[in-house]
Amino acid sequence: MQGSRTYRFSFILMLLALLCSLLLNISSGSVTIPFPDTISTLLGETPEIASWEYIIWDYRVPKAFTSILVGAGLSLSGLLMQTLFRNPLAGPFVLGISSGASLGAAIILMGTSIFAGYASLSFLGDITLSIAASVGSFLVLLTVMIVAQRVKDTMALLIIGLMFGSITSAMVSVLAYFSSAEDLQRFNFWSFGSVGNLSINQLLLLGSIVTLGVLLSIASIKSLNAFLLGENYARSLGISLKKSRMTIIIATGLLAGGITAFAGPIAFVGLAVPHLTRQIFDTMEHKVLIPAVILYGAILMLLCDTLAQLPNSASVLPINAITSLVGAPVVIWLLVRKRKMMF
Amino acid sequence: MAKTEKNILSISDVSIGYGTKTVAKNINFDLEAGMLCGVVGVNGIGKSTLLRTLGGFQTKLSGDIILNDKPLEKYTSATLSKELSVVLTEPPASKNLTVQELIALGRQPYTNWLGTLNREDKKQIQASLDAFLLDELRNNKCHELSDGQLQRVLVARAMAQDTSLILLDEPTTHLDLYHKVQILKMLQELAHHKQKTILFTTHEIELAIQLCDRILILDGKDHPFGDPCQLIEQKHFDTLFPSEMVQFDNKTGTFKVNK
Repeated sequence: MQGSRTYRFSFILMLLALLCSLLLNISSGSVTIPFPDTISTLLGETPEIASWEYIIWDYRVPKAFTSILVGAGLSLSGLLMQTLFRNPLAGPFVLGISSGASLGAAIILMGTSIFAGYASLSFLGDITLSIAASVGSFLVLLTVMIVAQRVKDTMALLIIGLMFGSITSAMVSVLAYFSSAEDLQRFNFWSFGSVGNLSINQLLLLGSIVTLGVLLSIASIKSLNAFLLGENYARSLGISLKKSRMTIIIATGLLAGGITAFAGPIAFVGLAVPHLTRQIFDTMEHKVLIPAVILYGAILMLLCDTLAQLPNSASVLPINAITSLVGAPVVIWLLVRKRKMMF
Repeated sequence: MAKTEKNILSISDVSIGYGTKTVAKNINFDLEAGMLCGVVGVNGIGKSTLLRTLGGFQTKLSGDIILNDKPLEKYTSATLSKELSVVLTEPPASKNLTVQELIALGRQPYTNWLGTLNREDKKQIQASLDAFLLDELRNNKCHELSDGQLQRVLVARAMAQDTSLILLDEPTTHLDLYHKVQILKMLQELAHHKQKTILFTTHEIELAIQLCDRILILDGKDHPFGDPCQLIEQKHFDTLFPSEMVQFDNKTGTFKVNK
């Protein structure tokens, strides 16, 4: 396949766009900080109002980096799923993987107080939460994969994903019924989705999880490309189906699960970004698509978060609502324009 | 045919099927390097099952399959991918690949963990593009191609994989006569000039008789195998179909409908 040489220009543009959206994201928020002051604070100078430094470094910068990790990771997991299931409509949300993560998170957020009587959101609690969400998404993914072996139909697979979503949300409801109002509220806030409020430790943990997912994806580039021909062809090309399928599923579970644990279920980014990326990078080569999708996802998430901030107002909209408002029309537009969505 | 006496593929007493259900048994044949061999037989007799078994997609029930002096089951998928390539009836999962991208995937058994193409890989890809007249279409997406072009791309990919044996499952279905002949001619050239052993299943018995070096007839009994002319002399084609409907004309090598 052609190297990434032809796409160098696009990549440079996207890096610039990422930088711009990062600055835009950091400079906007409920407290108005003039743009030059934002830049100078970022460059290490002390701003005229002392609290600005605190706002920028302790709140906005971590939030921006969370957005980058969330957008990049979810988009990458969407790309992996679309290739693995050979289905253009696959994504962490559609296939019930986010629901699986929700169930895992719900068990930790609401279940611990039922079963153990206490739950502290310490660092250890974060690890538990992310493991639970990853395991939840991993299990759903595995089940969907097993079912997908039996039904070859694209639509059937999506409906099955939907059903898994229903099952897990039913289980979440049962959990919610038995949990205290406090825990319930905590779970509700979590399910709105949010990229703010992550401590440095949480951010580091999320960063490590996403990095691990990205590394596993990079290790799978060759098998991902072979899967584009179909599983039988992939096997005839010397790909060990079981091993590579498992690596991809683990990567997806880590990305979708880990992100959902910290940021809540965020809709449509995973489904829409790979398609948007293919509008610019007209290739199926995963060596190009993986970095492109990561960049595009990060940019889109930063912009969505900027919108959610409602510039110059104190209120913050749930990020999940914004990504749905942006993502769903994109999917419809793609379907209408291309008639048959191709992957 | 005494150029290289080496058998690429030897099949002895092989039974094929699924689990407890035997589809065909007592299959015997040998193929040397550079031979084009057609597998013919009525629907459901086990042509595709045989091909899937030879390709390592399903296990044989009994017998020996020797590929390049080594039993087929001793190969791992990685080592097998350098000895055997396939063209299946299923279309590629993603038709958004370009012709060149798809053919380049044939080089995967030889590339590093990232799939980087070296000079040798690029040479092979170019040779495949040229051999199947695809150079002008190299940047076209697969969904833009006609059935005949797509089939050529899939065969070119198998050629790029550079294996001693190529298996094709019904490479001529959905094609018009011209493109059927074209693809079979190209296969013949590939076999004769590049010394590839090519085995394909087909319903085009008349074309196979004219173009193949060997034919395997799956008839559910003794599965005759040999040179097409010999098979005609031994009247093996006469019993292929129920004779009240179609009859084989031994002089012209064609089937006639009984009026």
